[in-house]
This record gives sequence, structure tokens and C-alpha cells, in this order.
Amino acid sequence: MKSTERNDATRAVVVTGLGATTPVGGDVATTWSALLAGTSGARALTEEWAEQLPVTFAARIAVEPLEVMPKVEARRLDRSGQFAMIAAREAWLDAGYAAKNTAPEDAPDALVVDPTRLGVAIASGIGGVTTLLDAWDTFHEKGPRRVGPLTVPMLMPNSPAANVGIELGARAGVHTPVSACASGAEAVAYGLEMIRSGRADVVVCGGTEAAIHPLPMAAFANMMAMSKRNDEPQRASRPYDKGRDGFVMGEGAGVLILESAEHAAARGARVYAEVAGAGLSSDGHHIAQPEPTGRDIARAMALALADGGLEPEEIVHVNAHGTSTPAGDVTELKAIRATLGDTAADKVTVTSTKSMTGHLLGGTGAVESVATVLALHHRLAPPTINVDDLDDEVDLDIVRGEPRTLPDGAIAALNNSFGFGGHNVVVAFRSFE
Amino acid sequence: MASQEQVLEGLADIVNEIAGVPQDEVELDKSFIDDLDVDSLSMVEVVVAAEEKFEVKIPDDDVKGLKTVRDAVDYIVKAAA
Repeated sequence: MKSTERNDATRAVVVTGLGATTPVGGDVATTWSALLAGTSGARALTEEWAEQLPVTFAARIAVEPLEVMPKVEARRLDRSGQFAMIAAREAWLDAGYAAKNTAPEDAPDALVVDPTRLGVAIASGIGGVTTLLDAWDTFHEKGPRRVGPLTVPMLMPNSPAANVGIELGARAGVHTPVSACASGAEAVAYGLEMIRSGRADVVVCGGTEAAIHPLPMAAFANMMAMSKRNDEPQRASRPYDKGRDGFVMGEGAGVLILESAEHAAARGARVYAEVAGAGLSSDGHHIAQPEPTGRDIARAMALALADGGLEPEEIVHVNAHGTSTPAGDVTELKAIRATLGDTAADKVTVTSTKSMTGHLLGGTGAVESVATVLALHHRLAPPTINVDDLDDEVDLDIVRGEPRTLPDGAIAALNNSFGFGGHNVVVAFRSFE
Repeated sequence: MASQEQVLEGLADIVNEIAGVPQDEVELDKSFIDDLDVDSLSMVEVVVAAEEKFEVKIPDDDVKGLKTVRDAVDYIVKAAA
């Protein structure tokens, strides 16, 4: 099926705004230039609690929320909610809409979206875990009376989505898909469906996570999932390198404004890329181990291609899940080759931006969707850093060193995200002329 | 024992911390909900912070009666006496 047929048959969806706050930058522009420059956001944790943990480093956010958000607002939001709000505001303004979706008195013509046609899909893998654990500390130290009345509205996983929805007055539906490290991508897929099905014209999509706290750090480390390269934090996230030994915990959020192509065209919006389609599958295999053949990862990619009316040859770039774990990285690459076939696979460029940002868990699929969209928009694929000794099993073109220029003409790219529990989400983006 | 003035000052600090309202706007005749951006959840925070600051107990049933800053100041002065 040709892409034009697909677009006639459904409501085409485009990306008109981007926002991010990540370990390599406090906004999209700084994050993108840091990714192109191959900058790592990982560093040693300075908190006292880190000393007793098997992993003593992480990729903390580059710009603390209090630097860009009033204290009185920040204290009502979990850290993950702060990240989501910051990224959502950036994306919303980037799309050209009036702050808070309200035209100010001195600019009555400022652009707003009909609230009943505006939706939100912002995911989190874990929710307000630091709020929950801090409240438990308060309970023990000071008693139940001192547990804050905002604890529940801050810790619930839908809190970031709900707060963004309230800020913008969104009334078409506010949603929070939860699928561990696929959550952020699943939110984008959900937003796509909200627009295609006619429920909304504009959806604020994304994912957020803030789980750099001793308890989740200890728990992930005890799963043997994290890198223990404590003496070299910036070299620890090294997907596709022979010496990789696990992921690096990151934190942050990414947000994309999805809009029906019709709605975007009517207002003359700047379009970054088209959301061509999405593919979702599940492994049905194990709660934490990836299914070793990658059959369902491949199926999710094939479904995304079919959903977007894309031929394998159109896919020039994959922002891989590539977490820097020994088993997962190679399984994914095999699935890419199996799905695209040798002709297309020999030409595709693959990047794991987690080599720089660390793994943002529920935020990762959203931040990497932002990176994938920008790769198409600028026709430039960021590198994977720390690949000093390429794994012998890697048979795809991993971008290393300098960013890689992507071809002219109509091109497309995939963003892969997979989560504990066997959730596979692939979002396909197409360049927009 | 705290004076009305001391309690007002302390309460103004609490409302500023929780709702972001400047201290000098926290006046006796202001309503917490209508004038000071203190919603029902924040009111619980204000009460718990006041309990700690002034070493008083403000039972939940009494919180409903604290509509204005004056209500709270008078209650705390009396309870602390």
C-alpha cells in the first residue's frame, strides 16, 4: 500500500511541537546539540546514600526543575511531574500555541485549541516513586499526621499527564499508558490513535521518569540489569560494544505535540515529521528477560511498517532501544535485519542515544521519539558513543563518531522501545515536505 | 504564649511557602480559599505546618471553621494559651 492511499484512508498525524528535559540538556535545542556532539550525561552520584550501593552513578537531569519552575509549583509535583510539565510547556509553545492554552488579554488572537478536541497521553514507567518513599520516611520519622495531603495526587502514575491536562484545560481525554520502558513510546502510539479515531485534533504525548533514588537503584542493580562501571560513569553506557555490562539509570522527560495534518495545515503550522504508524506486540515470555529470538520485536516493527504504509527501503534510520545490556542489544539488531530484509538493512543507520542519555525508563520512548523526529527533520543521525570494540555479532551500520547525514527525498525512521514484561512498541516517522 | 501579631507573621510565612502568596498579602480578613489560592489540600498542609510551628493541635473537625486568616489566628492564639 502506498503511503498516499494510507493517508487518504485515515487522518494523517504530524508532529508540530517538541519538548525535552534530559541528562544532556534542559530543552530540545541543547539536548539535540549534545546528542550530535556525543556528550554523555552520566556522572557519579554525590548523595551520601550512593556510597553503599553497588552502582554509584547515574545520568541526572542537566537542568534542575527549580531553575525553571517556581518553588510553589514544584512542591505540588513529583519530580517526574516536574519534568513532564517542563517538557510539555516547551513543546506546547514550540507548536505555536498560547501558554496554558489561553489567549492573554493583550493578545486575543493567540492560538488556542478547542479544549474538547485536545488530549494528553503522558506515560511513566514507575510513577511518583520518590514522593512515595519520601512520604514513608516522613511517616516513620514524624508520624502519620505529617504525611502530606498531596502525597497521593503526586505519586499516582497519571499525575504528570493529569497536571499537564489541567494546565492546558484538555478535555478530550488524559491517559497514561504503563509498559515499563516502552511507556513513552506507547503514549505516542496512543496519541496517534486518538487523532486517527477522531477523538482529538491535538494530543500532547510523552513520557517521564524520575527514579534516581536509593531504593529503585538498589532494586535495578539487584536484577543485574545495570552497569557497574563505577569508575567510568561516562563510558558505562556502551551499546554494541563488547564490554557493555548493563544500562545506566537516567531521568527526564520528552513531549511531542501530535496534530491531525488537517488541523496543522489549517493554521499553517511548522511540521517536523509525520507520525506514519505504530506497531505493538508482546513477548508472552518472561517478566524481565527479552525473548531470545526477537520474534515479537520483529513483528512490532513489521506492524509499524504496515500501519504506516511504509516499504522497508524507506527506513533509513532506527533509533534503537539498545540499552547496553549484553543480550538485548544484539537481539534487537537481528530483529531489525529480519524485518527490513538484507537490502534495506544494509543501508539503514542505527543509533542508541541511550549511550549518552542513559536509560530514562518510562521517559525513554518519548525522548527517543523526539530524537528520531529531529533526525528526520535535520537529516542527521546522532552517533552511539563508547563503541570502542564493536561486538562481533553486530551486522548493521551503527553510527559512531560524527553524526551521519541521512538521504534526501522521502525518508522514514523507526523508534524502538521495549519494556520489562515483554512490551514492544515501535513508532514509525516519515519525513514531511 | 504567642501574640496575635506573632501568629499572623508565622502563618504568613507558612502560606507563602505553601501557596506562594507574598507575606504582606496574608491579612486577617482574607479568605484562604477565595483570596489566597489555598485549596482544600493545601489547607491541610497549612494546618499541619501551623500545628508544628505553634505547638498546637487543630483537629480535622475544627479545620472547616477556619475560613479566614483571622479565624486561624484566633484559633491558634487560643489553643496555644
